[in-house]
Parts: sequence; C-alpha cells; structure tokens
Amino acid sequence: MDQLTQHTLWQSNIRRKNWLVWGTCFVLALLTVYCWSIMNKDTIWEFVYDAPEQGADLVSRMFPPDWFYINKLYKALWDTINIATLGTLLGLIIALPVAFLAARNTTPSVLFVRPIALFIIAASRSINSLIWALLLVMILGPGILAGVLAIGLRSVGFIAKLFYESIEEINATSVEAIESTGASRFQVINYAIIPQVLPAFLGVIIFRWDINIRESTILGLVGAGGIGLFLSSSLNVLAWPQVTLIIVVILATVIVSEFLSAKVRALLIG
Amino acid sequence: MLKIEHLKKQYKKGPLVLNDINLEIPEGQIVGLIGPSGAGKSTLIRCINRLIKPSSGSISLDGTNLSEASPKKIRQQRRYIGMIFQEYALVERLSVMENVLSGRLGYLSFWQSFTRRYPQKDIDNAFDYLQRVGLIDHANKRADELSGGQRQRVGIARALAQDPRLLLVDEPTASLDPKTSRQIMRLIQSICREKGLPAIINIHDVPLAMQFVDRIIGLQGGDIVFDGQASELNEQVLTRIYGDEDWQPADEQQDKGDD
Repeated sequence: MDQLTQHTLWQSNIRRKNWLVWGTCFVLALLTVYCWSIMNKDTIWEFVYDAPEQGADLVSRMFPPDWFYINKLYKALWDTINIATLGTLLGLIIALPVAFLAARNTTPSVLFVRPIALFIIAASRSINSLIWALLLVMILGPGILAGVLAIGLRSVGFIAKLFYESIEEINATSVEAIESTGASRFQVINYAIIPQVLPAFLGVIIFRWDINIRESTILGLVGAGGIGLFLSSSLNVLAWPQVTLIIVVILATVIVSEFLSAKVRALLIG
Repeated sequence: MLKIEHLKKQYKKGPLVLNDINLEIPEGQIVGLIGPSGAGKSTLIRCINRLIKPSSGSISLDGTNLSEASPKKIRQQRRYIGMIFQEYALVERLSVMENVLSGRLGYLSFWQSFTRRYPQKDIDNAFDYLQRVGLIDHANKRADELSGGQRQRVGIARALAQDPRLLLVDEPTASLDPKTSRQIMRLIQSICREKGLPAIINIHDVPLAMQFVDRIIGLQGGDIVFDGQASELNEQVLTRIYGDEDWQPADEQQDKGDD
C-alpha cells in the first residue's frame, strides 16, 4: 500500500514538471510572436521581398575587388597595427598599478582604494572603444592619437580585471615566506608575486593585442585613423570593389594576428 | 634568547587561540611544539615574526621587543628570524639561487634586489649554504624542477641566508616521506648545533620530534599543557595534549595479546 502511494506521488511529480516545461515553452512562443510584431512594425516588406536580388546586385558590383587599391592601404594598415600595439601598451601601463590596487591581497586598503580601482575597471569596460573614439575625436580632433587613446582606455579595464584576478589566485605562503625575510612591500611584489603571475600576464597582454587589432580596424569609421578611415570613405562614394578589398585586407590582418599571438603565447608560456 | 610573556591572540569575534603563553628559549635550544590541529601552534610561531599581530603580551628576541614594533621595525627584526614552511613556500618560477638569495632581501634596497645585484659576499655565502644542504649542483635550476626533499633544503638554505638568530619551522616534514623527513630534521638539528641557533619546530609527528629535539612543548586549546624533555613524554602526557587515544604501536599490542 505504501509503495503504491509513493508510486502515484512520483508520477504526479513528473506530470507537474511536464506542465511547467510546456507552459514555459508556450509563454516563450507568445512572447516571441509579440516581440516579432513590434520589431517589424517599421519594416517595409517590399524591400525585404527583393532582398535576394539586391544582395546579388551588390555582390556583382563588389566583384572583382580593386586589387591595385592596395597600394593606398599599406600606410593605413601600418597605422592600424600601430594603434593596436601602442593602445595595448598604454592600457598595460595604466592597468598594472590599477590591478595591484584592486586585488584583495595587494591593495593598501580594501575599504577605500579597492572600490576606486574597481570603478576605474568598470568604467573602462562599460564604454566600447568606438564610443571612446567618438568622444576623443571630438576632443582631440581626428587622427591616430585619438585611436591610440581609445584603444588604450578601453583596454585598461580588460587587462586590469584579468590581472587582478590572477593576483588574487597566487600561492599565499610564498608571499608569507618572502615577507618573513624582512622584505619591503615592493620587494614582495617583485620576488613573490610577479614570478607567479607573469605567465598569466603575458597571456592577457597578447590576447588583448589580438582583440585590439580587430577593434582598431573600425575606429577609422569615426575618424580615429587607420584602415577604417578608407573603409568609410569608400563606402561613402559607393566604391564597392574597394570595399571588398578592404574587407579582405582586414580579414587577412586578423588571421595573421591570431596566428602570431598563438605562436608568441606558446613560445613564452609553454 | 627568545622571551614570550603573557602572549594572547584572539581573532575577530573568535575564541582565544593563544591563552597567556609564557615561554623562554635559551641560545641553541631546539624546541618541538606539538599539539592537535587548531591548538595554536601555527599562530604562536607566526606571532613571533609578526606575520600575525598578537592581541596582547610581549615577545622579545635578544632584548628587542617585537610585539609593539612599528611596521618598519618589524621588517628589520624579521631579518633575524628565519622561517621554514610546510609546503616549502619557494617561489617556484625563480631559480634555486634566487630563492636562496631572497633571504637577503631585508638587507638590500629595492633597486639592488630588483636588478639582482647582490653583494659578492651574499653570493659566496649562498653557495656555501647550498653546499651545506647538498644542492650545489642545482643552483641554476628552477625551483619547480626539484623534488619535495630538495625544495625543503632550498627553504633551509634561504632561512640560513638571513643569518638568523632564531629559526621558526612550521611542519617541515608534513609533505615528505619518512626517510626524507628524518634527513631534513637531522639537517635542521645539525645546523642549529653548529651555529648555536635556537629553533622552534612545529611538528605533528611525535616520534620524529622525540628523536631530534631537546625540549618539547605541548599546546592544547591555546594553553601550554606540557613543557619538558622528550624523554618525559609518556602516554598520560600525550592524552593530556591530544585527548584520549590508544598510543601503543600495533605490534606491541600484538605481543601483549600473545603473552
């Protein structure tokens, strides 16, 4: 008798779960339909219906790429790589002290200094580099400098966050051991902390450089120098074969940077 | 001479970890500190080199008060107190030599230590210590290439490099096999004898302690419940320190049963 009750109870449990799952699915479906109707309130369907034709037309105008245009791109490409590299360097220089101020085990004050450091990190991370660039172009005028600063300011949060997390994960007894020799605070950082976090730090820097190459290709859209400047001017004059070439060049650059960063990482850390 | 008077330690809102500890350790004496986990052994030796701040009481080494020193003074005094750790606490990615030389940090400016420009005398001494602990051939290896016993020897050489007046040893053998444990204890013992160096060795292995130390202090719940020679350690004392347990080795019990 007992067993039977248990059996029934168990089944009813499953049924309730099933109802819950199906009910949730139904509500989600309703929500999707509702959202879709709002999303497409302003869509002009006549434009969408001939999208395949339009797409085919654009592609036909984009090919073949204007290969000779590459001669004008070399300098812009070089600028782009420099923006990414110098920006990463700038981010690193600012992020390093911020990370040590943010990590629980190295901050001089958990109550006062750490929140400030965390705020710097959050502020830098919450603003996209394109928006940083927009603001900086307004302040500094167009050019590479605005691009470098935009990439740098955006990188601070990313680098500092990953840095301080790895500082917090170090082996605390090694730190204790160095402290117990009578070493000063900076000697402890130099001897006990830096050796432990160095591989992680190098990995983060290379990873960020890799991301920055990609980000710096679009900064030109808002006037902050680099290859994006040419992309936006080609788009403006509807020079589609040039646009194709620029996209191909960006793709190639990103692939090469990814390959390079993987190689360097393996070399430094492996 | 190390002198501890009325030492108390209480963590925030916690119970008393150390309850009125009074202790004197003369030159050259090797003291084994035994007691169950949580008895306050670790806290006691960390109060001495001020990795932990005592709540009250006084600690003095050769007449210098350590319990109420300023941070700068504490750093100066730490130079004279070598510490050896359970998990060796080496910086694994630095070389053996750098680990040994890090014992000199308290004597150097930041810039000197940052550029690794150690005085020649420190380097010569470091080689001597490596010779003493039997690792002269490993000076340029990275610390993580060594075995557990070898790493502990580097830890000992680092403590020696400080030119200490007192050794604090926290569970030196807990991660080592029985043979290596004995070798490490023998090394610590003979170094202390050579230099007339007092040492406090925090240890779980009672037979090992009895074999190598001059004096045993039993700590229980933050109180000293035994203080005497290793030979005075018997079942009643062990029960007083650790609580009720059958202290006879298994084979002896077997023999009794046969009688």
